[in-house]
Amino acid sequence: MNPPGAGLVEALSSDERRATSGARRPRPRESEHRVPRRYRGAVITPDPADAPGQDAATQAPHRPRRAHLDAGGSARLLPAARQAFLEALEDGWADPARLHSESRRARSFLDAARETFAARLGARTEEVHLAPSHVLATHSAVRAVVSGRRRTGRAVVASAVERAAVLDAASYAADARTTGAPSPAVVPVDRLGRVDVDAFAAAVRQPGVALAALQHANGEVGTVQPVDAMHEAARAARVPLLVDAGASVGHVAPPRSWDLVTADAADWGGPQGIAVLAVRAGVRWRAEWPEAPDPWFPGGVSVPAALAAAVALESALSDQAAQDARRRELVAEIREVVARTVPDVEVVGDPVDRLPHVVTFSCLYADGEALLTELDREGFAVGSGSACTSATLRPSHVLAAMGVLTHGNVRIALDRTTTRDDVAAFLAALPPAVARVRGSLGAGAL
Amino acid sequence: MTHEDAVVVDARGKRCPVPVIDLARACRGLPGGGLVTVLCTDPAAEHDVPAWARMRGHTLVGSSRIAGSEAHIALTVRLGPDA
Repeated sequence: MNPPGAGLVEALSSDERRATSGARRPRPRESEHRVPRRYRGAVITPDPADAPGQDAATQAPHRPRRAHLDAGGSARLLPAARQAFLEALEDGWADPARLHSESRRARSFLDAARETFAARLGARTEEVHLAPSHVLATHSAVRAVVSGRRRTGRAVVASAVERAAVLDAASYAADARTTGAPSPAVVPVDRLGRVDVDAFAAAVRQPGVALAALQHANGEVGTVQPVDAMHEAARAARVPLLVDAGASVGHVAPPRSWDLVTADAADWGGPQGIAVLAVRAGVRWRAEWPEAPDPWFPGGVSVPAALAAAVALESALSDQAAQDARRRELVAEIREVVARTVPDVEVVGDPVDRLPHVVTFSCLYADGEALLTELDREGFAVGSGSACTSATLRPSHVLAAMGVLTHGNVRIALDRTTTRDDVAAFLAALPPAVARVRGSLGAGAL
Repeated sequence: MTHEDAVVVDARGKRCPVPVIDLARACRGLPGGGLVTVLCTDPAAEHDVPAWARMRGHTLVGSSRIAGSEAHIALTVRLGPDA
């Protein structure tokens, strides 16, 4: 299947710019952020304009180039995507809902994007909906299915390590009309973060289950979940399964078995502000919001962002295997070296059956926020699941569910711009940084 | 040795990782098999004290929530032989 719109996305994501018949393609404006017109190669050399202008006080003089190691949901925008975004701003600025030529051109960009996502996720175009954020896509999916299947029940079965948006939406949907059943029914995971398959299968068989939710892979620790098997269990119980692929699409092959699936463009190098929700025909759902021409996400999404997201996905998929191999090896090195060079550290998640680019570890006797700040000062942007680094001052529910140490946590996600040198520099800087943080808490000798 | 004989570490009001650091400090010099109870208000403590115990070769033997105006959690560990 090669629908006409896919040609536009393909053209914008490939090395050679092929002229599309009819459309005038103006030159991008001169700007200090001009990027190469062609996206070359698997490892992107970042545009020097990317190195943020830090104030001198916070920038380590020996490391002018920062390393972005917190790419989960926040990967650097791929060059092909930036280019597509700029060009779509020129040609696709109109409201896609109207009837004149300018509008129809914008509409065609949107359709091209949806066709791309459909093809890559194994869905039909009409099953694909574009949302302005992955959180909203998730909230809407959960709320609408619980509402649609309310005659069956309002309970949601979810693994203990689903992202917060899934668990929050499940709690919210249950509260809407109290049935007495606690929702979500959270299914425990093992020390590696993998869901208990027997418990999940038993939970979906309970009466009153409106929806089951199991992520494709966990974005904090990387562990891959047994989605195919749990989809089979849910199907046998006649319960739809929502698969959160927001941490996996673009990095590994997409999940094959799902009734609803979500993906997040900013995770694979597309722009912020575009997420994808695909809903199989036949899934019963009811909007808990007013009817609108865009039934799932009234008001639609930014057309340039949608096109850029699709181009980014094609670009990411073109080197997915190479980036999997490259980053998998870098993460294996991080896991091994951190465990060896940092005393009293716990490196968590499945070492093998995992995403290629994610790793997290917790350092005993260290303050997560202080560690993040110390590493930031050294030029490394990392994430954390520690309580002190969260807005809610609660530790990551993922780490807690796994029974692993939550304080002193550092979360790494490598995007396509991270180099071997970045990782080597990080690994060299980490043990002294941890020692300094421990020392400042008086915990150096413990 | 009953839990009443445990050394008590009061880490109420302290933010992670200080409760675990205080607990680790209190354990230095205590014999294997000894009991230590730490009182915590920090939400991470109920996860991190057991994790610390596992990482350092100790065993969590008690965990209880004390309700009230100064609600907190009391976690008791039995020190491992190599303490």
